[in-house]
Amino acid sequence: MPFLSLKFNLQKRVKLAQGLWMLYWLAVIVGIILFSLGIFFKIELRKRSEIMDNNESHLVPNLLILVGMLSCGLNAFGGKLCHDSLDPQKFSKMKPMLRPYMLLCCGFNALLLLLVLLCFLMQFAVYLTLAEGLKNAIRFYKDTDTPGRCFMKRTLDMTQIEFRCCGNNNFRDWFEVQWISNRYLDMSNDVVKDRVLSNVEGKYLMDSVPFSCCNPGSPRPCIQHHLTNNSAHYDYDHRTEELNIWNRGCRQAVFSYYSGIMNSIGALLIFTMVLEAGDMAGLKYLSTALETMADPENPECESEGWLLEKGFKETLADLLSKVKTFGRANQVEEGGASPDVAAT
Amino acid sequence: MALLKMKFSQQRRVRLAQGLWLLSWLAVMCGAFIFCLGVYLKIELLRRDEVMENTEIHVVPNLLMMVGLASIGANWVASRVCQDSLDASRFPRWKVLLLGWYAVALLLCCLLLAVVVLSYALQGRLEESLKVGLRNGIRFYKDTDVPGRCFQKETIDRLQMEFRCCGNNNFKDWFEVQWVSNRYLDFTSQEVKDRMRSNVDGRYLLDGVPFSCCNPASPRPCLQNQLTDSRAHYNYEYQSEELNLYSRGCRQALTDYYMGLMNSTGPGVLSVILIQMAVVMRYLQTAVEGAMALESPEGESEGYILEKDVKATYADVKAKALDLLKFAQVDPASEAAGAEEGEKADEATEKAATTAA
Repeated sequence: MPFLSLKFNLQKRVKLAQGLWMLYWLAVIVGIILFSLGIFFKIELRKRSEIMDNNESHLVPNLLILVGMLSCGLNAFGGKLCHDSLDPQKFSKMKPMLRPYMLLCCGFNALLLLLVLLCFLMQFAVYLTLAEGLKNAIRFYKDTDTPGRCFMKRTLDMTQIEFRCCGNNNFRDWFEVQWISNRYLDMSNDVVKDRVLSNVEGKYLMDSVPFSCCNPGSPRPCIQHHLTNNSAHYDYDHRTEELNIWNRGCRQAVFSYYSGIMNSIGALLIFTMVLEAGDMAGLKYLSTALETMADPENPECESEGWLLEKGFKETLADLLSKVKTFGRANQVEEGGASPDVAAT
Repeated sequence: MALLKMKFSQQRRVRLAQGLWLLSWLAVMCGAFIFCLGVYLKIELLRRDEVMENTEIHVVPNLLMMVGLASIGANWVASRVCQDSLDASRFPRWKVLLLGWYAVALLLCCLLLAVVVLSYALQGRLEESLKVGLRNGIRFYKDTDVPGRCFQKETIDRLQMEFRCCGNNNFKDWFEVQWVSNRYLDFTSQEVKDRMRSNVDGRYLLDGVPFSCCNPASPRPCLQNQLTDSRAHYNYEYQSEELNLYSRGCRQALTDYYMGLMNSTGPGVLSVILIQMAVVMRYLQTAVEGAMALESPEGESEGYILEKDVKATYADVKAKALDLLKFAQVDPASEAAGAEEGEKADEATEKAATTAA
């Protein structure tokens, strides 16, 4: 009893082939979109690799690029299969390639599933890399004369301006590091000497933030220095002041940006999986309908198409027994040996 | 003697039609591109509406959008003409429209040329408009509590950060206005009182700039205040410091940006394509008409640009135009000549009658 079988006459077969052809080309376009998304994601990761300590994982975009290319190739081949399927000569040439092609598509679907899981799980890795990277970026903000870190200041400033954020968790992270290089500090000044001596490590710490933390939407010109000192500025209370500098931390801001990208990629991958499954089902119907034609010379005859040759449970049982015999291929069978011995 | 005559066999006519069909679809794409360019330019101009004083420059994107749409329509018609040109039954209905098509193509070419000329000619007006708009923006920077100007500060700050510029001509424009609101000035402080009294208008002027002028690429944390005082900051030399703030003025930055958008090659390319299409279309039209007049439609025919040479065509057109003007007038000389001719014809018939009889 075939699983989910349908009857097909010539018109239905032709319609199925045409519809399937369009679906395959839609899948090719989706493959192209996946490929370009992979490239876009890779570029975005590279752009901000400085605030991620240069050790962010490029696994997801690389796999996405591979999946995009594979999808284009496989689905273009599938489209060609559909195009040739209604011509009996070409179809008989294509028949031996059908089974390996269906297996390849199954494998491809499994790869898509793996990639969906990766998209959602790698977000944790991105979060952790960002936390570590931003901490180091804030520490190395002042090292504009150290080779390898000259552009950290510019990168971090541009990030804070673009993502409208300040510091790692919030702006107080800037109070804990020295972000002004010693080159620009007048060490003979008493104020400077007091500050440097006031902490164990001899760092020049202040309750100030860089200009990139400023919020342009504030009605007041930006207050960057002496942030916790209410008397340093007229009509200023640091507890109630909200608009002066950005309140959000950059880790949260940048992470939600990347998380948005990864979630949309995951959603598109799920759509691709559904599309591929649909394509495979359609191809199975088309190929079985063409194979079971009672009279191959007469294209007008009716035929039956199905998804599985036997019922669902029977196919599973078949598969399991195949897997078992595959495992036992090298084992010597004791039951088989003893009748031989008894015979001799 | 036709102008630039060429012979066309059936195959060459087919090639001509196909080539023109491809060219017309290319022109449709170009027209769509010009339309999108016009829309984008208009959106960008509207976004920076607040720092522009007048909207004269909007004529350029408006023209671009119109020309883009018109060229899409005209070139679609051209592609239909090509498709029908090799079918003798369907071509005649397009014959009437073709003269109109040539006129439209010529008009579009002229408009595109006008756009290119205008975009250069209006550069001065754009700069003037930006100068006044930015000056007002800088003056009203502090008025974040005045309705209608609350967002000037945010607009100017975002503009300076995005275009990497400071002030109108340069950062010194900020020294001449009070950009800190009185709400945030402590009038009991001696320093504030001194500054207010130091100038005629009683404004709080300082040699400082807002934070949005800061250049992130500077190796040093940004110095915003006491910029002209080299002793106020350690290891700071006012004359030689280049990277601390943006050195470009916003007027220059915005003008460069808009001129770059307007001078893109789109209009030039489209006008070239239109001219080429007009020439090829004329050849196709004349060749097909010649073929239809032949006994065997598959044979060779001639294609040309003008039926007679330039002088003869001009004389023809002039005569036609004069005819059209004289249409309503009664011509006494021709009437008398007509009467004479009529008499002569009568005499001749009488003579013939008498001799016959």
